[in-house]
Amino acid sequence: MRRTSPINCARVTRRSFAAGAGAAGLLAATGTAFDVVRAQSGPLKVGVLLPRSGAQAGIGQDCQRGVELAPPIFKALGLPELAIMNADTETNVEVARARAEKLINDGAQLLVGAFDSGQSTAIAQVAEQKGIPFVINIAAAPPITEQGYKFVFRNFPTAPMILSDAFANQKELFDATGVAPKSVVFMHVNDTFGTSMQQGINAVLPRFNMPYKIVEQIAYDATARDLSVEVAKAKATGADALLMVSRLNDAMLITRELVKQRWSPTVVLSMGPGWYEDQYLKTLGKLSDGPMSFVPWYDPNKKLAQQLEGALAKAYPGINMNTNHVFTFEALLVAADAYKRARSSDPKALADAIRTTNITDNVSIGPGIQFNDKGQNDKLKNAAIQNRGGKLLTIAPKTASNAKPELPMSPYDRRG
Amino acid sequence: MAAEIYFNVAVSGVLTGLVYGLMALGLSVIFGVVRVVNFAHGEMMTIAMYLAIVLFSGLGLDPLVMVVPLAGVLFALGYAMQAGIINPFITRPEYSQFILLVAVAIIITNVLLIVFGPDARNVQTSYSFDSFLVGPLIIDATKVYAGAATVVITAALFGFFRFVPLGKAIRACADNYTGALVVGLDVKRLYALTFGLGAACVGAAGAMLVLLVDVTPALGPALTLLAFIIVITGGLGSMPGALLGGVLIGLTEAMAGLFFTPSAKSMFSFGLLVLVLLFRPQGILGRRA
Repeated sequence: MRRTSPINCARVTRRSFAAGAGAAGLLAATGTAFDVVRAQSGPLKVGVLLPRSGAQAGIGQDCQRGVELAPPIFKALGLPELAIMNADTETNVEVARARAEKLINDGAQLLVGAFDSGQSTAIAQVAEQKGIPFVINIAAAPPITEQGYKFVFRNFPTAPMILSDAFANQKELFDATGVAPKSVVFMHVNDTFGTSMQQGINAVLPRFNMPYKIVEQIAYDATARDLSVEVAKAKATGADALLMVSRLNDAMLITRELVKQRWSPTVVLSMGPGWYEDQYLKTLGKLSDGPMSFVPWYDPNKKLAQQLEGALAKAYPGINMNTNHVFTFEALLVAADAYKRARSSDPKALADAIRTTNITDNVSIGPGIQFNDKGQNDKLKNAAIQNRGGKLLTIAPKTASNAKPELPMSPYDRRG
Repeated sequence: MAAEIYFNVAVSGVLTGLVYGLMALGLSVIFGVVRVVNFAHGEMMTIAMYLAIVLFSGLGLDPLVMVVPLAGVLFALGYAMQAGIINPFITRPEYSQFILLVAVAIIITNVLLIVFGPDARNVQTSYSFDSFLVGPLIIDATKVYAGAATVVITAALFGFFRFVPLGKAIRACADNYTGALVVGLDVKRLYALTFGLGAACVGAAGAMLVLLVDVTPALGPALTLLAFIIVITGGLGSMPGALLGGVLIGLTEAMAGLFFTPSAKSMFSFGLLVLVLLFRPQGILGRRA
């Protein structure tokens, strides 16, 4: 009698089992292969947060040039493609936080930004909470990498690193020229970056036995419309020089006031952005010559630096390469390099890959890009640059310089 | 600190305050007559500033020369705004007027952002870096020109309201709305003229302020707030009050920056505002309601 089943199904035989097992194996193998392809194919979605409007708009847009220059160079280096998702922080901490959340919700797999310490701090909190890697391009406040974050990385020196190098470079310049101010007025913006730098300067300065004394400290609003009182107050101290921590608009306002109030300091020593920006050079022309900026910079002798400089000159003729381009480009370099090594867009795999970064063919000064346990590149070195004839010349350290310093600055009223 | 620094800073504060006063004067004139608070005041000023920049960069026209033409352009804008948009809201609740003008302000800011972008812009004239040496004092030449122009414009405005029949008619509307209607005045047209005059003050002030500060589309709200502080301090609806308020705020901020810390300048101007509200709620030269 033939046994029947109420359900009309095929009987399992040794042959059919073997075929089924083979098919299942093939399917599993193919599935894995598909999975690998999914992880490796397609560009990494990188959310780039910058202050594209508001008080820092000029600098944010300058950083964007670093983003625009990256794709062809990465291609030449054999790095994977990045899909850039742009966002505007509007120079506002709360907006920065909201935009970071939105980028992640929209599918960003890694974040880069945000030029400013306050905004970067807010984004770091969001990135850590959501478990998405965040590579800071520019932000110097030390606490950002002191929180024990696992997804936050910074390829930019902290305020104490900038200051230590700045004072060392200043001494080198004073020795080289035989000119040194005896007293300075320290003017700084009162935002997160400015306050961090102010605290850092007060902490670091005594260790360096500098030839000058700070005779007055003047904090001012970064969005101030008029800085005449601040400059009048600084001038009234009779100090030889100005020590500055500023942004772009305020650097221009202060320079105008220096001219109007007929005060030519021996030198302007800037520990932050503003004084070397292209908008500063173009707007003020001859009046922009002279200030020395002690900043994270590029090594003009490095191959990738020359490549980036060439690309910038081609894409944006007349624009000098600066910190904004270099460190925004390098933040994306870190992202692309990590994606290549991780072979996955999984946030944890990316973060692990970033942690083991070792890029020696880079742009900035120092041995290369590596991160310590806290996610900080602590091997970066800073330079001294001077504005001369609309160009930015590297004057210290000697190992990365391409010009000699000119000190004292030419008085403003004798520039024709 | 040498004594001249106090005089230098005081003179600078007074001169800047005069220009602020002219801007606030426009707000005061509009409120005093039309009884509408112009929440787009600062934004209208940024329009004037951008027009000055365009005329300077495109045609090389000095903003000081363009004070009167720009006042004319803003007069036309103000007249059109009042006649076309605001007049229907005159009898509506105040919150409707508020929302309307805030909407206008937001639209202006965003249009400027689209047209000019977010970068700060300024005008650099041949005298931008000049200063006068008066004994030990160094006085910013641009501020002197702007302050002097403000005094002339304000005097002309006072003269208009006191001696010209049209100005007297506008004052009649402000003093007694029903009475003005009864004697046959075209109140709506006079309101539009008044709004135009207020906007003209903004146009003139904008042409001068662009010589002193950089402009961005986002500057509007800060200027609106500043105008409010000034007119409330000086007395809402009082023309001399607006000018006095401007000078007081300019001077307070300048001296606070010198004696205390510059980053706390705004705190002192708000402090002055609080004191005025506590002890003379109608403003220094305002009339009690």
